[in-house]
Amino acid sequence: MRVALFATCLVDTMVPQVAHATATLLQRLGHEVIVPAGQSCCGQMHVNTGYRREAVPIVANHVRAFAGAEAIVAPSGSCVASIHHQQAAVARRAGEHALADEAEALAGRTYELSQFLVDVLGVTDVGAYYPHRVTYHPTCHSLRLLRVGDRPLQLLRAVRGLDLVELPGAESCCGFGGTFAVKNADTSTAMLTDKMANVLATHAEVCTAGDSSCLLHIGGGLSRLRSGTRTVHLAEILASTEENSVQNGASAPSGTAIVPGRVDL
Amino acid sequence: MSARDDVLARIRTALGTQQPPTEVARDYRTTDDRPLPELLDVLTDRLEDYQATVHRCAPDAIGPTVTAALHGIPGDVVVAPGVPAQWRPAGAIEDDGRPAVDLTAFAATLTGVTVAVAETGTLVLDASPICGRRALSLLPDVLVCVVTADQVVGSVPEGLARLDPLRPLTMISGPSATSDIELQRVEGVHGPRTLLVVLASD
Amino acid sequence: MTAVFLGIPTAPAGVGNLRGDRSFPDAARDALRDGQLRANLGHATTTIRGKRAGVVAEVPDWAELREAGRAIKAATMARLDEHLIALEEQVTARGGTVHWARDATEANQIVTALVQATGATEVVKVKSMATQEIGLNEALEAAGIEALETDLAELIVQLGEDKPSHILVPAIHKNRAEIREIFARTIPGVDPHLTDDPRKLAMAAREHLRERFLRARVAVSGANFAVAETGTLAVVESEGNGRMCLTLPQTLITVMGIEKLVPTWRDLEVFLQLLPRSSTGERMNPYTSLWAGITPGDGPQDFHLVLLDNGRTAVLADEVGREALHCIRCSACLNVCPVYERTGGHAYGSVYPGPIGAVLSPQLTGVEDNASLPYASSLCGACYDVCPVAIDIPSILVHLRAEHVEAQTRTTPEAAAFRALSKVMSHPRLWRLAQRAAGLGRFLARGRPTLPAALPPPASAWTRTRDLPTPPAKTFTQQWAEEHGS
Repeated sequence: MRVALFATCLVDTMVPQVAHATATLLQRLGHEVIVPAGQSCCGQMHVNTGYRREAVPIVANHVRAFAGAEAIVAPSGSCVASIHHQQAAVARRAGEHALADEAEALAGRTYELSQFLVDVLGVTDVGAYYPHRVTYHPTCHSLRLLRVGDRPLQLLRAVRGLDLVELPGAESCCGFGGTFAVKNADTSTAMLTDKMANVLATHAEVCTAGDSSCLLHIGGGLSRLRSGTRTVHLAEILASTEENSVQNGASAPSGTAIVPGRVDL
Repeated sequence: MSARDDVLARIRTALGTQQPPTEVARDYRTTDDRPLPELLDVLTDRLEDYQATVHRCAPDAIGPTVTAALHGIPGDVVVAPGVPAQWRPAGAIEDDGRPAVDLTAFAATLTGVTVAVAETGTLVLDASPICGRRALSLLPDVLVCVVTADQVVGSVPEGLARLDPLRPLTMISGPSATSDIELQRVEGVHGPRTLLVVLASD
Repeated sequence: MTAVFLGIPTAPAGVGNLRGDRSFPDAARDALRDGQLRANLGHATTTIRGKRAGVVAEVPDWAELREAGRAIKAATMARLDEHLIALEEQVTARGGTVHWARDATEANQIVTALVQATGATEVVKVKSMATQEIGLNEALEAAGIEALETDLAELIVQLGEDKPSHILVPAIHKNRAEIREIFARTIPGVDPHLTDDPRKLAMAAREHLRERFLRARVAVSGANFAVAETGTLAVVESEGNGRMCLTLPQTLITVMGIEKLVPTWRDLEVFLQLLPRSSTGERMNPYTSLWAGITPGDGPQDFHLVLLDNGRTAVLADEVGREALHCIRCSACLNVCPVYERTGGHAYGSVYPGPIGAVLSPQLTGVEDNASLPYASSLCGACYDVCPVAIDIPSILVHLRAEHVEAQTRTTPEAAAFRALSKVMSHPRLWRLAQRAAGLGRFLARGRPTLPAALPPPASAWTRTRDLPTPPAKTFTQQWAEEHGS
């Protein structure tokens, strides 16, 4: 299958390894990956902060960038949920009915990574190898808007060497919430603290999830505490093999490609 | 413009030219086909779960069962005027319509019910002669309700269908209770602290 | 179409309890530091979540009931005027008197005058959100009438000179030891050996209120439901204090929001299943009282129903926001909300806290009077999942954020930034340039894996408690284009 990869603005700009991992994984499974150059953002941050009018041109750009794509995959439950639940609605409210129809059609072909793997490709064992103790945080939008259910867990259970440990209070929000993390920083931090306590209680080396935004939040907190527990996107774990292992978290501040010495500005 | 006309005008302005009201799909269960013996067991289980005491008996043994249930409760028993003579314990006094607050003088009340809903453990009193006025099942600290098998339905929809919405109705599910302290349920606040149910069936 | 545009008034300021004196983030900051509050809320919400989940799982047709509940409420709102007129006719035909109140001030005047007409100087009250909303107790007090709250939690709040913090359990922020202390301090003649056993505390309330119930001449209640076709009103409760108030006094005054009615008797078969399981996590609450007008020889012989607008018609005017009027006040959304669980209800400043409060209060008052509330949510969606009438609270929150943004007449720095970003994100060439500019953040890091914690606002709001990774040298799309051509 020819798969168009929507990296999402956050991954593209801040954690490119996650998009690389997604592409690598899909290619390893025998699919052609294309990365439409015109892509930027789904518009969710604008919509959720109250700038729904300003989100419309962003939606239009997204629809333009992915027009004609057979299947679109993004390593984010949140962005895919926005594509499914918000894009057409904001376009319609702005009176852009043709755009809304196009966005709706596009949403029908847009998948979150774990859904694409399990539902469309029909695989749960992607041939990955990841010899680490891992706990999984179901992000709110993948859990409640996309209803990905246990698909990520099915995928993780099939990873060789991976020691999957259940996260207590898994379904509680980590406190990210987009601009909530800044507008209500104190409440967000209180939620994060409880999430981190639960992550640390598992004694996992790695906390994984399907959204880099939430991982940036959880990982940012764990890094600040110098906890040693890192956050790694699900795509990176699934892309990891004996030959090509992801040793460190790409989503975690401590694990980005910015290892001193490799910094080339 | 009166407040009434003003509020109604605001509503009409707010609604504007309305879409036709949405259809209400009632795809939920409206009947419970379980056999009666099973419903009686469910009712018993649900009543006991909420700390009511259930006494099962044959229809011709209601009187003695009521008497036995009230054993050890000191004080006078008041009965709703329509309660059959054979249900009444010896010495019971019929409610004579005295001022409601005077009913506090009684230790226990005996009434019948209109309908009982098994799934929720709910008894409904409708202020008919056998159920008595509302204060009767409220003020004395012990409430004894006699339920006959023909009054038991499975579900809430079946229960409501048997009621007259114009009568004063009291739905009772267990003794008075509260969850107001740490959301932990404790039984016994302002209503009767003890609920005894005599459930009669063949 | 908005209420502002249509000229429909919102709830007036200066009366009632719909507005806080601080923004949510400011109030939350203090609440979050209260360790006892956090512990009490954590304990209580965890308990009730488990109970609710258990009794909802018992019902095989929960999804169908929920859909019916949603549809009945939508159908009710679509013909609200007709249903209210029907209700008025039915209540009047059965000996009751119906009053209409445009707002809190008018409702308070009506109730005060009705109480004064009886000559009573004290009233007993059944817990009622509507009367909390309009500040009825304060209005009665100003007229020399004492209003005694009889629900246990309301009593705790009243005796402690506190404010309610939860729709169902207004004293949820207090634990048993704190309640014992309040009772020991404020109830005259209370057992000096009173313990913190919840059963003992409930008994103390029973003794305290018993005599007041028996001498009460006037009661004030709210209503959970009113059936338009029959004029039947319903009060759903647990303790029996409601029954005392609805049965013993000669005069009963019920204050009800205009959105509380349902068209038909049959509709109650849905809500009497949805409400108890969602609110207290019980299959059925201990007592539900239903009455239609007056019954000679049984209960109050003088019955008044006050129908309250107070901003509800303004909510109704908003096609997205009106769904908030479907709320049956079960408080399940509060109990599962990760924000409410940590800040408690006082931080919301309104009698309606939690997720439903964050969509209801700003609509009742006009969004600018509660502008911080629509942002008091991480949009996690737990509230929508548990709502027994399927109110899409996250979508309404997002809608109200937009209403707030669009109500600004001046361009805020945030709006300027979001507008600029919109332009950039809708033009790929500009977006690539902006991404490279973001990459310059690497200079701040000086080779470290994270950016410095001491960044200027608004970045500081993040970096105060969370590290921010140093941006990578190249974006994904940039690198991909280099490797694969574009």
